[in-house]
Amino acid sequence: MTSGEPLVRWDWIAGHLDEIALRLGEHVELAGIAIVVGLAIAFALSLFVLRFGWLEQPTTFVTGTLYTIPSLALFALLIPYTGLSILTAEIGLVGYTLLILVRNIVGGIRSVPAEVREAARGMGYSGPRLFWEVELPLALPVIVAGIRIATITTIGLVTVTALIGQGGLGYLILIGIQRFFSTPLLVGAVLSVALAIAADGALVIVQRALTPWSREPQRVRTPDRAEPGLIPPPP
Amino acid sequence: MAQRGAIVAFEQVSKRYPGGTTALDQLTLTVPSGEICALVGPSGGGKTTALKTVNRLIEPTSGCVLIDGTDVMSVQAVALRRRIGYVIQNVGLFPHRTVAENVATVPELIGWRHDRIRARVDELLDLVGLDPAKYARRYPAQLSGGERQRVGVARALAAEPPVMLMDEPFAAVDPIVRERLQDEFLRIHERLGMTVLFVTHDIDEAIKMGDRVAVLQAGRLVQYAPPAELLERPANDFVAKFVGADRGLKRLSLIAVADLDLRKVATARVGAPVTRGEDPYVLLLDGDRRPAGWVNLERVRSDVLDASMADPSSPLFTRETRVRDALSALMAKGVRNGVVVDDAGRYEGIVALDDLVSLLGRQG
Repeated sequence: MTSGEPLVRWDWIAGHLDEIALRLGEHVELAGIAIVVGLAIAFALSLFVLRFGWLEQPTTFVTGTLYTIPSLALFALLIPYTGLSILTAEIGLVGYTLLILVRNIVGGIRSVPAEVREAARGMGYSGPRLFWEVELPLALPVIVAGIRIATITTIGLVTVTALIGQGGLGYLILIGIQRFFSTPLLVGAVLSVALAIAADGALVIVQRALTPWSREPQRVRTPDRAEPGLIPPPP
Repeated sequence: MAQRGAIVAFEQVSKRYPGGTTALDQLTLTVPSGEICALVGPSGGGKTTALKTVNRLIEPTSGCVLIDGTDVMSVQAVALRRRIGYVIQNVGLFPHRTVAENVATVPELIGWRHDRIRARVDELLDLVGLDPAKYARRYPAQLSGGERQRVGVARALAAEPPVMLMDEPFAAVDPIVRERLQDEFLRIHERLGMTVLFVTHDIDEAIKMGDRVAVLQAGRLVQYAPPAELLERPANDFVAKFVGADRGLKRLSLIAVADLDLRKVATARVGAPVTRGEDPYVLLLDGDRRPAGWVNLERVRSDVLDASMADPSSPLFTRETRVRDALSALMAKGVRNGVVVDDAGRYEGIVALDDLVSLLGRQG
């Protein structure tokens, strides 16, 4: 950083509000597409894994491998095929969400208590209705937990896509680095963190709304012995 | 809301697993319409397997299960199950649905109209002793174990099934709650008259709940008989051992005090003048003929009987008191006679320890 320069130049921020808003919008868009597409793919993969157990290991292997590839290297590998496009960015971003999402969707469905499943089948639930009306709602807390982690990770990761010309808050960080100018770098970083925290908070609210039954049960339980007796005590 | 039962018949039903285990071996038995059949036996005996062949959660390797003459395998599994009530040990309530939504499960599945469902839910919650205003909107996590079991029973009864399957429904609650749930279920059954298959590993529960008891061992039916016959004439050593060495005592729990010939004793009213007869002991009754206790006339010094003279040590029984409970009450108090009263508490007669003991001696 240039000496004598203050850490944050507020006049620069004031003069670049449009640009900052544009980059923030791009960031939300890049992350949003990645989460939605990632969720759709992970959901389909999870259905296969739940249906065909033998698919679990290969799926974990592939998504796990994707997760370990450094993002820069992945983009570099993809550029010859998909160019400096949003597709390149999204392939990478989506790839990183899959491991967490598949794991939590499959784990969430499997964590549904066996007796609940048995009771549902015994009362005449068909397979698809059992899944949509019983298993999926009960798995929601675990699934949403996975979406939260994937969302935070993705929002952080989107900053890297500026390197392949896709904008986002990473663009501000990039010009900060290139020009030895701390203000845009800080704006980009702070907004990225704030966005992650806000998205996480929003997901918590969504989950609470979707799963009112999983909130800390209000302990209105009465002990069994205090139940009204319907049978007179023996004389 | 009277509903009728259906005849459930097992015909040579076997279930073998690929590994070579035989869970059920040629089970043949018929449960008459409206009766409770208790399936009892040690674990691995095949009782749960038998139960699940009725709603096709398990499909037999050979043989067939008939409900009112129709082979369950000829009916679509989902449709079949919606007509059969099902209660399991851990209840399996849906945690994400309220009590009312849980009870409404099968009516929703078969597409009842909403107002009909709502009325039915309230009716059922009342039936199982849960106030709809208080419980309908709670989630299962907000209920005690006993309350959950009641909701489980209500849910199974929702669409008025002619057949109900219960797999150790009361095993997970403490003994006091269990006994209350058993009594309430018997009352509900008396009202509704559905056919019930009731799996339990507890012989006392089987004797109490079953109109007939089927004892299963290693997948085979060893004996199928009404409780009294099971206790009186166990088919073999296994059954004798399983029903327990105290089966004589257990049999007394099947007999009510009302089934005995009650003794009559000399009685006297409070406030009556003392008149000595040949029996020095009289039972003192108050103005409403409620027993106050025994008076030994030879020791009475005053001319008029009053309640403070009475010795109230004899336990009181109703006509419905089980003979076994009567016996244990007499022994606990160390007295020879118990007084039987009617619903209003009025004197009906006397049960003597000797009568009970001789009853015990008369059976095997």
